[in-house]
Amino acid sequence: MSSQRHTSLLHQFNDLEQQRLSYEVGMWIFLATEFLLFGTMFAGYMVYRTHFPAAWAAGSQELNVLLGLINTAILLISSMFIALAVRAGQLGLGRSAAKFLLVTMALGSMFLAIKAYEYHDKWSHHLVPGLNFEAHPEHPFGLPLFLSFYFTMTGVHAFHMIIGLGIVGLMAFWCWRGRFTAEHNSPLVMTGLYWHFVDIVWIYLYPLFYLIGR
Amino acid sequence: MGAHIASQKTYFTVTVALLMLLVVKVGLAYVHIGIWSLVLTLTVATAKALLVILYFMHVRWSTRLVWAVASVGVVWLLVMFALMMSDYLTRGDVHYMLNQPPVSHTVNER
Repeated sequence: MSSQRHTSLLHQFNDLEQQRLSYEVGMWIFLATEFLLFGTMFAGYMVYRTHFPAAWAAGSQELNVLLGLINTAILLISSMFIALAVRAGQLGLGRSAAKFLLVTMALGSMFLAIKAYEYHDKWSHHLVPGLNFEAHPEHPFGLPLFLSFYFTMTGVHAFHMIIGLGIVGLMAFWCWRGRFTAEHNSPLVMTGLYWHFVDIVWIYLYPLFYLIGR
Repeated sequence: MGAHIASQKTYFTVTVALLMLLVVKVGLAYVHIGIWSLVLTLTVATAKALLVILYFMHVRWSTRLVWAVASVGVVWLLVMFALMMSDYLTRGDVHYMLNQPPVSHTVNER
C-alpha cells in the first residue's frame, strides 16, 4: 500500500479492507438486534398460539393465501435484484447497480401496495381489532388476539420495508452519480444486507400467518 | 483479499431454489399431518432463510467473525424461546405437582 490514503478511507481505519470488515460486522450486530426485536413478537405469537390454537386456525382462514404467495415471491425476487445490484457495485458498475436498485424499489412498492390492499380488505370486513371489529361468536378472545399479532408483526415489517425503500432510493441515486467504486461500496452492501433481513422476516411471517389451519 | 463477488448464475440458481421451496411450503399447508405440518413448514422456511443468509448475504464467503456475530442473534433468540416455552407449557404441571403427595411418579398424567 502506498502512504497516500484512499479518499473513501475514514480516519479511524488503517486500510480499506479493515474498513470493509468493520462495516460488515457492525451491520451484523445491528441485524442481531433486529432478530431479537422481531423475535420477541414471534415469542408472543408462540405463547398465544398454544393457548388459542383454534382461533389461530380460524384467523388464518381470513387471510388471502394467494396474495401472500404473490407477495412472498415478489420479495424473494426483489432480494435477487438487490444482490445483483450489490454485485454490480462491487464490480464498479454504478449505473448498472442503480438500475437493479430501481427494480428492487419497484418490487418493494408492489409488495406494499398489495399489503395495503389486504389491510383495506380487513377493514371492510370489520377485522381490525380496536378500531373496526365485530366480535366473533366462537373466538371472542382468540381471534382479535390473532389479528392484533397479524397487524403488529406485518405492520412493523411493512415499516421496515418503507425505511428500506428510502435507503435503496438513496443508494440508487449515489450509484447513478458514481459515488461508489469497486474498492469502496460498503453502504451499498449494508443496504443489501438490510433488505435481505427484511425478506427473511417475511419468509417466517408468511407460513405462520397465512398457511396455518388450511 | 476483498469482498467475494458471486456470479450472476449463483444468484439466479438460489432464487429459483427459493421459489421452488416456496411452492413446497404452500403445498405442505394443504397436507394435513398434524403437528408435522408445522415442523415441516418451519424447516422449509429455515432452509429458505439459510439460502438467503449464506448466498444473498454472503455469509458463506465471510470471515469467522461474521459467522459468529450472525449466529449469536439466532442463538440467543432460541434460548429465549426455549426458556419461555418451558415456563408457559408447564405451568399446569407445576400447579398439579404442588397439590399432590410428594412421591407421585405420574406427574404428566393429567
